[in-house]
Amino acid sequence: MRLVILDDVDKVSTWAAKYIRNKILAFNPGPDKYFVLGLPTGSTPMGTYKKLIEFYKSGVLSFKYVKTFNMDEYVGLPRDHPESYHSFMFDYLFKHIDIDPKNVHILDGNAENLVAECNAFEKKISEAGGVNLFVGGIGPDGHIAFNEPGSSLVSRTRVKTLAQDTILANARFFDNDLSKVPTQALTVGVGTVMDAQEVMILITGAHKAYALHKAIEGGVSHMWTVSAFQQHPKSIFICDENATLELKVKTVKYFKGLMELHNKLVEDTDPGAEERKRNELQSST
Amino acid sequence: MPGKLIQYFNCRILWKHKLIREDLWVRDGKIQNPRKLFFDECVMPDQRIDCGNHILAPGYIDLQLNGAFEFDFSSNLTGIEEGLKKVSYGLLQYGVTSYCPTIVTSPASVYKQILPKIKRKNGSLAGAGILGLHLEGPFISIEKRGAHPPDHIIGLNGFNTVLETYGSLDNVAIVTIAPEVDHAGEVIKKLREREIVVSLGHSTANLQQSEKAVCEGATLITHLFNAMLPFHHRDPGIVGLLTSSEIPDNQQIFYGMIADGIHTNPAALRIAHRAHPKGLILVTDAISAMGLSPGVRKLGQQLIRIHDHAAYLDGTNTLAGSIATMPHCVRHFHEATGCSIEEALEAATLHPAQCLGIEKQKGTLDYDSDADFILLDDELYVLATFIAGDCAYDPYSIAPTNCC
Repeated sequence: MRLVILDDVDKVSTWAAKYIRNKILAFNPGPDKYFVLGLPTGSTPMGTYKKLIEFYKSGVLSFKYVKTFNMDEYVGLPRDHPESYHSFMFDYLFKHIDIDPKNVHILDGNAENLVAECNAFEKKISEAGGVNLFVGGIGPDGHIAFNEPGSSLVSRTRVKTLAQDTILANARFFDNDLSKVPTQALTVGVGTVMDAQEVMILITGAHKAYALHKAIEGGVSHMWTVSAFQQHPKSIFICDENATLELKVKTVKYFKGLMELHNKLVEDTDPGAEERKRNELQSST
Repeated sequence: MPGKLIQYFNCRILWKHKLIREDLWVRDGKIQNPRKLFFDECVMPDQRIDCGNHILAPGYIDLQLNGAFEFDFSSNLTGIEEGLKKVSYGLLQYGVTSYCPTIVTSPASVYKQILPKIKRKNGSLAGAGILGLHLEGPFISIEKRGAHPPDHIIGLNGFNTVLETYGSLDNVAIVTIAPEVDHAGEVIKKLREREIVVSLGHSTANLQQSEKAVCEGATLITHLFNAMLPFHHRDPGIVGLLTSSEIPDNQQIFYGMIADGIHTNPAALRIAHRAHPKGLILVTDAISAMGLSPGVRKLGQQLIRIHDHAAYLDGTNTLAGSIATMPHCVRHFHEATGCSIEEALEAATLHPAQCLGIEKQKGTLDYDSDADFILLDDELYVLATFIAGDCAYDPYSIAPTNCC
């Protein structure tokens, strides 16, 4: 497990976007080789999406050969509702980039058979060859996707009833009217995310400091579902200073000491450089 | 087989009364719901057009236009087809994508010649669409005739007079009538039954008469303040309809305003706007001198001097009629009232469409409505006009050549 500590939200967004960019570029996706990206919604990843759009616009990054799987969607909320995760993804990412809609996968919260929808989603992930990088955020109670406290750590994609905390927190998006807030969601399971080759978790703000503490300093607990990723072979937590407030000084110092190393992961790469170097070597021999 | 899908991006669009940063998707001449395209049809745009951060608004709708580019709808009885073409095409540069050709008070013989030749028509690259005729007169007040010829103003003996005078109502969208004329009530009801908008104007009606006409189905006021009794506090006349408490709940009163800075004093414009902003419709009421370059021109039998947004009878300071263009009216309205850009645009788009009951097709950028829209800079100058999804006017080459 790695922990990257940055000054503020903006730097977290940029760092995360550069990391995703470099992962996709290094993968060198093509028509026979798609990069599979798991994506979250919410305020935390918004800045990261903005940066990814900038990379697309400047010609550095293409999503033509990227497949995406979203973490979750509300049940029964019309797809075109401004608070639906379909709307979120369309407005904050998809409409700005060159992704083929055929490669976009978001759970259908209005499907007639919700269980079948969830099972089909898992199947589609397997058919795509699994997720290369799953990006996620967490709630103040440490939930990842809609895997509320108490969720099984080996859970798969399924219907979940939302915790009262989550419903209350969401009320602000629905005219502060609790009766309008969806009470169920479809969500990937903790196990689904664990299966990804790599997992990136974004955590920002003082209100998530305790959750970060529980995520990385507490033991693995189904009451803080994000803590499961301590046991993931390749997980990276990216947080801002505010989110570290509940961490031990020892923890923060240790990970900050590694920042020089971590920053190498997000250096601006020149995708053609290696090839050019190879060509140079070849022509010189 | 669906046609080409175009995504207009990098623009601020007029959406539900607000300018918002959003893209516009157009296919087969209609505005599309992009989420449906993306998630249901899984299609990507065939073309993306950078709108240079400009304002993207619905095309302007002019409910009162007497003529333009030397062609007068009421008096040019020959070459009507060519005349219409010329006007419709010329209007595109002003961002007008549909309009109501307006016929002033005329003898029955003239109506019977002209009306069958001016038909409703969809807009195209050839020109702005025709929403139906606006017949201003002849059932109006002699006293408040304005520039209408007094000889042809007639009374009503009932709805038959309307049919006998106009011949056919097939191509008629609006009739301006003075509500104090005998039998006006019956005529208003009958016109309403035929889904023709009844507008009150060229009238000496008091408020009570006006309110009665509204209850009978009138929904529009023709060029507010002009050709009606001036506002008086004990009897505010037709103007009083703007704040009347007698308007039925399910009815909305609209009023045309010539906001050219000449025919309506800015203070009067502000009074009307502040009293009833949702009913304000910008009309040009322009005459055939509209669209002509400054100088002296012969129009009909008269010599007209065009100078500084106004047309005068040559050698005098008498106004010959409005030559305002719609973009000029929108800008003047915005500046004179200090209203928001959104309000200024809606007065030339949403409100006229609502008045005609065509707001599902025109006057907004809502999904499934006609893709008639314009690009404007922040000073509200028209930069480009698109009609039925095609680029019809693009002097700054905003749309790539293979689109225009």
